[in-house]
Amino acid sequence: MLTHLGTRALAGAIVVTGVVTLTFLLVRLAPGDPVERLLGPTATPTQLAAQRRALGLDRPLAAQYAIWLGRFARGDWGRSIATGRPVRALLGDAVPATLALVGTSLVLSYLLGLAVGAWQSGAGPRVDTALSITTVTLFALPGYWLGLMLVMAFTYWAHWLPAFGAAGLDADGLTGWSRLADRLRHFALPLATLTLIGVGGAARFVRGAMRDVMRQPFVTTAAAKGLSPFQVTRRHVARNAFIPVITLIGLSLPALFSGAVLVEAVFAWPGVGRRLVEAVQARDYPVVMAATAVTAVLVVAGNLLTDVGVAWIDPRIRRGRGDA
Amino acid sequence: MRRLWRDRRTAFGVTVLAIVTGAAVAGPLVSTGSPTAQHDIVATRFLRPLATDHSGSFHPLGTDRFGRDVWTRLVYGARVSLAVGTLAVLLSVMIGVLVGGVAGFWPGPVRTSLLALTDFALALPRVVLLLLLAAMARPSAALVIVVLGLTGWMSVARLVHGEVRSLAARPFVEGAVALGVPRGRVLVRHILPNALTPVIVSAALGLGNAIGLEASLSFLGLGVQPPTPSWGNMIASGRDTLVNAPWVAAAPGIALVLVVVACTLLGDALQDALDPRSSRAP
Repeated sequence: MLTHLGTRALAGAIVVTGVVTLTFLLVRLAPGDPVERLLGPTATPTQLAAQRRALGLDRPLAAQYAIWLGRFARGDWGRSIATGRPVRALLGDAVPATLALVGTSLVLSYLLGLAVGAWQSGAGPRVDTALSITTVTLFALPGYWLGLMLVMAFTYWAHWLPAFGAAGLDADGLTGWSRLADRLRHFALPLATLTLIGVGGAARFVRGAMRDVMRQPFVTTAAAKGLSPFQVTRRHVARNAFIPVITLIGLSLPALFSGAVLVEAVFAWPGVGRRLVEAVQARDYPVVMAATAVTAVLVVAGNLLTDVGVAWIDPRIRRGRGDA
Repeated sequence: MRRLWRDRRTAFGVTVLAIVTGAAVAGPLVSTGSPTAQHDIVATRFLRPLATDHSGSFHPLGTDRFGRDVWTRLVYGARVSLAVGTLAVLLSVMIGVLVGGVAGFWPGPVRTSLLALTDFALALPRVVLLLLLAAMARPSAALVIVVLGLTGWMSVARLVHGEVRSLAARPFVEGAVALGVPRGRVLVRHILPNALTPVIVSAALGLGNAIGLEASLSFLGLGVQPPTPSWGNMIASGRDTLVNAPWVAAAPGIALVLVVVACTLLGDALQDALDPRSSRAP
């Protein structure tokens, strides 16, 4: 099992290095000279050359890459062009906000998705069709649009929930319970948006996984030996369907982060996704590069966690006999 | 095939896509005037759906803050969505078939490196890749097609790789190779035509995905630029008028959901029709 996880960790490290390299190349190959942009149109050729030397931009690309990679690995991510703040501080504040949003929505999506999917696979054709239509529609909703519609309903019409940010303007003056309540009220709409879409995807997959397992001969055997349908579902079907579902959690992480980027942008949620969108719109390359790398690290780490989860649940992998 | 046509999901998918395509192609016939036409802004802005303005023009979905007809913009936006989505899917299918076909038919380092590249691209959040690419150049519809194509080929490559690998062991392929036909020609003439069926499913699902992502990019201002209407930038402009004119943002969103659901259901129905092991359609 350790070898298995070691291989996965190595693969993850390669992915992160690849992303960092790709980002570096894309930013360097992008049209436009950063030095000209930095110094403005009045700069003389001598000034441009001096600035280029100061920034190390006159060296060969490979040397620039090595220097940049070394700095990046040490956590020196430079300063944001747009705000002048150190990129590391900018993203350091954002990572917990993104993790809270993505993590909570992941747990809720899969708990609800498992419930709906399991209900569906045991239900009659009418209920099954109705739920299938609901889940496919939820899954098709664009996150930013659903977010706007929820804002319209809960903020503008009902005046129940705030639409923007992670805390109210008066949050610093609040203490204890009222501060927590303020946080939760700000958390509600972005979380609901991501979770509604997530439930659609998870329930669709759980239904498929349960149906696949139900066609297996051992399920017929279990029913033939006199187990009640509930026992068959709980002891034989659900357990086996659980393994592909956990694998799916890992595979769906990139999509979940994709969704979070847009939802964060709509709700001004102070996470990595919103920073990334703002940085792309402002052509703030240091932030774009770091935010991309941080997202890749989060996705790879999440995938490793699900690998550990699958290995823990599936005895075939735990005992090192699996081919996965 | 007959099973596919009896499937209600096929009926829904084909109907929705046919209506949207029809409206997009016949744009000027089913709408009133130009999507960017602005008349008397003060008199015609924020008209409710089903309203008629002072000059007698009927606005089935109301007007936006510049007095532009939302239905007309929706129809012209469908042109952008469908064209960008279709071209992006074509591009990603071409890349995917190339990568998957080569990986499936040339074992050894070629296969290993191409599969590693595919896994690498799959491990990244697609929106992050899109943003990264979109940040590099001036936003335009052509750029959106290219970046969607470059970030959408992985599932096709995996499918084609699997199919080609299993076909490569079949007698007719071995026979062609033994006769001295060049391997590239065997791949193109004998293997790929047999390996393309599952790609159709992937393309149907990919179309919905591409249309959704084009809208996301345009919503963020990194895709199709106003005043050219796209469903994404229509939602973005409706965002500012959510309080007094919610229909401006609601209409393109509903259109988007319908098209994406249609593509998903069509893909599911195709999948079930092509895979005899799968469950009977509900």
